[in-house]
Amino acid sequence: MADNPNPDLDIPETVTPAEKPKKKGVKRRIFLAGSALLVGGGIFGVWWTDSSAKAKANALIGGAGKQAFGSVMTIAEDDTVTVFSPHIDFGQGSHTALGQMLADELDADWGKVVIEQAPADLAFANAALAKGFLPTMAGETLAGLIPDAVIGMMARSMPLMITGGSSAIRFTGEIAMRRTGAAVRAALIAEAADRLGVPESELTTADSVVTHAKSGKSLRYGELAAGAAERSLSSDPVLKTREQWKLIGKPVPRRDIPAKVDGSAVYGIDFTLPDMRVATIAAAPVRGGTLESVDEAPALAVKGVEKVVKLPDAVIVVAKGYWPATKGLAALSPKFTDGGHGAMSTPAIYAAQDKLRKGGKPDNEAGDGDVDAAFASAGAKTVEAEYRVPFLHHAMMEPFALTGHFKDGTLTIWGGLQDPLSTRARAAKAAGLEMDQVVFNPMIMGGGFGRRFPDIVEIIDQIALLAKQVPYPVKLVWSREEEVRHGSYRPQSSAGLKASLQSGQITGFRMDYAQSGNAEGEVPFIYKIPATSRRHFAYQSNQIDGPWRSVNATQIGFYTESFMDELALAAGEDPYKFRRRHLPEGSRHLKALDEVAKRSGWGTPLPEGVGRGIAIVESFDTIVAEVVEVALKDDGSPKVLKAFAVVDCGTTINPLNAEAQIMGGLIMGLSSAIGEQVTLDKGAVVESNFGDYPILKLADAPPAVDVIFIASGAKTGGIGEPGLPPASPALANALASLTGKRIRTLPILTQAKA
Amino acid sequence: MATSFTVNGKQVSVEAEADTPLLWVLRDDLGMTGTKFGCGIAACGACSVHVDGAITRSCSVPVSEIAGKAVTTIEGLKGADGMLHKVQQAWIDAQVPQCGYCQSGQIMAAVALIEQVGTPSDAQIDEAMTNICRCGTYPRIRKAILAATGAAAQTGEA
Repeated sequence: MADNPNPDLDIPETVTPAEKPKKKGVKRRIFLAGSALLVGGGIFGVWWTDSSAKAKANALIGGAGKQAFGSVMTIAEDDTVTVFSPHIDFGQGSHTALGQMLADELDADWGKVVIEQAPADLAFANAALAKGFLPTMAGETLAGLIPDAVIGMMARSMPLMITGGSSAIRFTGEIAMRRTGAAVRAALIAEAADRLGVPESELTTADSVVTHAKSGKSLRYGELAAGAAERSLSSDPVLKTREQWKLIGKPVPRRDIPAKVDGSAVYGIDFTLPDMRVATIAAAPVRGGTLESVDEAPALAVKGVEKVVKLPDAVIVVAKGYWPATKGLAALSPKFTDGGHGAMSTPAIYAAQDKLRKGGKPDNEAGDGDVDAAFASAGAKTVEAEYRVPFLHHAMMEPFALTGHFKDGTLTIWGGLQDPLSTRARAAKAAGLEMDQVVFNPMIMGGGFGRRFPDIVEIIDQIALLAKQVPYPVKLVWSREEEVRHGSYRPQSSAGLKASLQSGQITGFRMDYAQSGNAEGEVPFIYKIPATSRRHFAYQSNQIDGPWRSVNATQIGFYTESFMDELALAAGEDPYKFRRRHLPEGSRHLKALDEVAKRSGWGTPLPEGVGRGIAIVESFDTIVAEVVEVALKDDGSPKVLKAFAVVDCGTTINPLNAEAQIMGGLIMGLSSAIGEQVTLDKGAVVESNFGDYPILKLADAPPAVDVIFIASGAKTGGIGEPGLPPASPALANALASLTGKRIRTLPILTQAKA
Repeated sequence: MATSFTVNGKQVSVEAEADTPLLWVLRDDLGMTGTKFGCGIAACGACSVHVDGAITRSCSVPVSEIAGKAVTTIEGLKGADGMLHKVQQAWIDAQVPQCGYCQSGQIMAAVALIEQVGTPSDAQIDEAMTNICRCGTYPRIRKAILAATGAAAQTGEA
């Protein structure tokens, strides 16, 4: 199986100076790049790897007839090319796409290309990612002045090996994979030219073979690899043109899928070791609370239970299997404090946010022009509205599960998380170890959607502390209830919007929004309006707010695009035409909007009882315009009948997978808008499982999603997240057109209670 | 307590407490991890297996009720020659899985539906396919079911 993690990977005992942390714990820097937290450190790529890291990478992936090219790839004597992805693949298909990008530039035989997860080692840290995010962090001009070698050092000093911000393809793929493939191909050609005694210009490559047409001679990559690996690789190789691509842009089947239809794929929760025990946990119901006391006896009386472990804020039951552990935990009556958060509730959070927005000082303001002057202008018609969205649970289908074994001073962990290197750093800190005393073996993940960033994953601390207290390997599994009640939610957020219209034109547009994180630099305002203002009011509850698929673009997109429809109504104009007039002529946004209107038959008559809505949001450098058609079921809940998405992500690496990502994002967006919410009462989460946290099912999802890609050739954008944000406003707009009732509080099913 | 039944045609006898759900007997006692844990309350369907041919959410059925019955799991769908079941093949052809975690259960539900009704209508698919997929693969699930039964998708995914 191509994507099989490698739990048996032999990690050398010796530690290179490059990996040795400077002091106890690991120095971590946090970058806010599109609000996805980037934590970590390291280097990835052939040019950014110093000699010690290069030796380490060779030790880990090379050897035995295999030649390593930096930490990116190997070529074996039998021509097998193995590509090491520094990104984990939790279902978004990036492993196959990254392989396509490298193999295309390399002219490799795709049938002999294998894609593997890079080991969780500093030698594989991802400099391409640091380079990709740098313009966001430092600005384009400054970023352009920093040499790659320095970026590599930056990445190494942080451990950077994260997956997030829809970054795998647009940064790692474009920067590291394509360039590595092209540089190695050039080295193979140079080696072949020397061996055959012919000029390089007379050589061609295809399917992992270098051919000299004149003499009819050829050499396989496997034969050339050893010599090529001794050559220095170009840091600026010539890349193929779009017309030369054979794999990029093609609907290549995903490599991970066969193992996912016969039960053979081994996820983190499936991992087992001989003599392993299984544990489950209950943390303080109120986040911030601590464990006061617990009588262990009732759990120990359950057959199969072996041990009760107390953590500062949780209790763990260790047993022979998950079922006795669950029964043991259920038998306990632990007493927890509320950490002083007993008054926290969903209405209290909205009230505090309202107060902040109406009387507080903004933490950040962005925009152009004088909005207040536009509002006060003679003849201006102003429109105002308030919107609210709840905390959201990620609901990755595989609950958290990590296996840990502390033996001979080394803590080894198996499981699926978004950043293998910072997982090691966090586990080391929790266990009081050095980072080089922690080994992490990344495994396949049953979804993530933003939940698996180590910085917000307490189970890393829990397994580290638990493993140190028991002599055997132990797998800690969270119940679904633990997942729902101890999430790192999409923040509960609210906004006040106000705009002025003059002769049907928006002259001023203001959004005041209250939530934990600031969305500037992440969700661009796409409309051409003379005066705009977005003011962020920082509010933090007792919950851990985390990135939730597409991060702030979900709520900012919902506010903006719902309000655009309200303005169109106030202006007495069709919502599509109204948006059209406020988008720059000739822009990619306008093209996407026009295309979705065309594809969906915007303006054509609809059957009785069906409404249509439109929305457009740009996130992660990708523009997505969506139209949905909705009807009401007998119980008054919405059913989406048709959905259309027009996507401009510059270039589509794998259209088949990209379509799946957009489709999935759109459906997740509809699901959240229709029924999902996490609410707080007395500081604790009220919802507990899929019974009271309803996820959209097949019957209520659109039977098909018409996904169209615009090949603009613009800078490659993300694909995992951008399909989501337009879905909720498009649905709300469709419902408003059908019923005349504007939805300003999500979710739709329970808004009457809010 | 020892309970005997068959799994994928093979006779097994397990020592497990009578209230242990079939799911945990499969996963922890028999080491068959293709059947997944998602919610524990029969709400998501990730743990779906067939018991005497009927689709069953194994997280909520005690093993004591399985005595003497025939259980089929995702690992048992392939033919004796190792050939994939037509539904598994349709899942690959339509590139259904993303994270893949729910797909064992989705495939078991689809196989049960097809065995029951032959070629299902869209309405029958709506009614039978109630497993949760967080990745949102539903349109491709529908497409794959119709393809497996030789019916063209009536709704037509692009």
